[in-house]
Amino acid sequence: MLDGATPSVLDVKDLKTTFKTRGGAVHAVNNVSFHLKAGELLGVVGESGSGKSVTMMSLLGLVPSPPARITGGPVMFEGQDLLTASDEQLRKVRGARIGFVFQDPMTSLNPVFSVGYQLMEPLRKHMGMNKTRARARATELLQLVGIPDAARRLDDYPHQFSGGMRQRVMIAIALACDPQVLIADEPTTALDVTIQAQILELMKDLRDKLGMAVIWITHDLGVIAGIADRVLVMYGGQIVEHAPVRELFANPKHPYTRALLQTVPNVRGERAPRLRVIEGQPPILRAAPTACPFRDRCEHAFDRCSRENPARRPVGPVHDVACFWDPETGAARDV
Amino acid sequence: MFDNTTDRRVLVSVSGLKMYFPIFGGILSRHVGDVKAVDDVSFDIYEGETLGVVGESGCGKSTCGRAVLRLYDLTAGTVMVDGTDISTMGQGALRKIRPVMQMVFQDPQACLNPRMSLADIIGEPLVEHTRLSKAERRDRVYDLMDAVGLNRDFANRYPHEFSGGQRQRIGIARALALNPKFIVCDEPIAALDVSIQAQVVNLLEDLQKEFGLTYLFISHDLSMVRHIADRVAVMYLGKIVELAPREGLYRDPKHPYTQALLSAVPEPDPVTHDTANRTVLKGDVPSPSNPPTGCNFCTRCPRVMEICRQQDPEFREVEPGRFVACHLFNESETAG
Repeated sequence: MLDGATPSVLDVKDLKTTFKTRGGAVHAVNNVSFHLKAGELLGVVGESGSGKSVTMMSLLGLVPSPPARITGGPVMFEGQDLLTASDEQLRKVRGARIGFVFQDPMTSLNPVFSVGYQLMEPLRKHMGMNKTRARARATELLQLVGIPDAARRLDDYPHQFSGGMRQRVMIAIALACDPQVLIADEPTTALDVTIQAQILELMKDLRDKLGMAVIWITHDLGVIAGIADRVLVMYGGQIVEHAPVRELFANPKHPYTRALLQTVPNVRGERAPRLRVIEGQPPILRAAPTACPFRDRCEHAFDRCSRENPARRPVGPVHDVACFWDPETGAARDV
Repeated sequence: MFDNTTDRRVLVSVSGLKMYFPIFGGILSRHVGDVKAVDDVSFDIYEGETLGVVGESGCGKSTCGRAVLRLYDLTAGTVMVDGTDISTMGQGALRKIRPVMQMVFQDPQACLNPRMSLADIIGEPLVEHTRLSKAERRDRVYDLMDAVGLNRDFANRYPHEFSGGQRQRIGIARALALNPKFIVCDEPIAALDVSIQAQVVNLLEDLQKEFGLTYLFISHDLSMVRHIADRVAVMYLGKIVELAPREGLYRDPKHPYTQALLSAVPEPDPVTHDTANRTVLKGDVPSPSNPPTGCNFCTRCPRVMEICRQQDPEFREVEPGRFVACHLFNESETAG
């Protein structure tokens, strides 16, 4: 799967996360492997419950354990395995080397501290800056994310900012310590389209300026098309397809990806008289998968799909898919 | 069917609708201002059509939908539903008209009583508004469950046992129980996954054909509205800025806000995405308690003129069936 000379900054192998609940175990993430190269933007798409957020939170030990149990690995970042790292070591990574932007800008800022205090906190904790220097840097950061009158707004509280502005503040906090990797978990889902367009422009701009690698989690294929370099498609806690963005949209291989691309209506071009649907419901992951998680909703499913869970296998350069069916021949793959 | 009308029949007619929410402040809790959630909105909905209402959050589209059903006491304006003026009607009289107009809510988790079984939820409107016997009611509930694609075996289960898409089907079945003519769908798909959204939209379309329903479909998802609506109204800060048939609106948006809104929708295609000519609006929506003088959009409009800051543009018909509220069309269009 490795290609070219750019080294991976983050390398995840066989990550598994299970939750113990009163109703039994939930296998939220099953054998997820991927890598992230310096300076690239990796998009992760999937429906709710497909395990995309839990995967990223597991990497950083952000899921409470118990009930969660994280196995597999290693998750290599800057020469250390994040899964075996101590809390102390993890704390040095979180917020400093890996920034995290959460979905809901309304609830992820602390309402009783000023925005400036929350921005200066990582700077003082991780970078050891004093108050004056941290304040200067915080002003810079707010300017970077496009908040006008930054110096004065540092003393404002979160409720004095609008949703789009709060998300900009969250991005500023995540960027505070010049992270290698920024993980953005549905950062624009709670925002309006015109504000979303602003944030997308900002992210593209920042990535070019700062050269960090970004993992962008979303369920919106339109956002992915506009911003990502490479895409992971997740379904039922597994990666079912992985390809560069243009390749994925031009030449999708997995029946789920193909169906997903057809169910989304468009604001431009032809209007279909009727929407294509994917029948049925996403699976409930009660046990480790022994069969393809998509088989019940798949129009191409055959016997083997319910006997065996397909592994990811390459179908092109940097393109792999976990499926027994080959869209080119319309028959089972010869593997 | 209606011989006396040359055109299609207007089922719902809204004119000059205003919905202000008062703000009380100071030590004496005096009335210090209003949140102008809906400010002078007029539109007609024809029988059997779907009118889509789009706009960003806080633009008043949900308030507008609720006001049309008289879930609020209106500040001003008239609402006619099926020939009856309901704008000042008392609650007792309204109750008799409620079966004609129903609502599907945004959050299927919150709008279903967790302590009632599915049969009780769908049957509740029948208990309230009809005199059916228990057995007749059960048959009607089964019919409704068939209509929305829920298995009859689920009748005694509770809402928490269902997924989001199925819960939305329960909400739709409940809205259909009294054979309404008009249904307000307030963001019915916003809380659902993409693959489930298409299922619910197709269901709504099938039901419309089968029962001849008229929808007011409120959504912030421009691509879904394009799919389901016949005509589309675009709202901004409590006002309709553009109202047009679907094809015209999406092919040739007139109002600068509609243009910006459409160009902000990310294209699910990386090739055209890079070449598309985008207008990215600056800034945020102003507060509806303190809207700017003149045109509401003048603070963000890329084509703002001097007159926009002084005078509120009139909502007028610039082409047959196409209404726009913008000063750009006052000068150029009068000549032609």
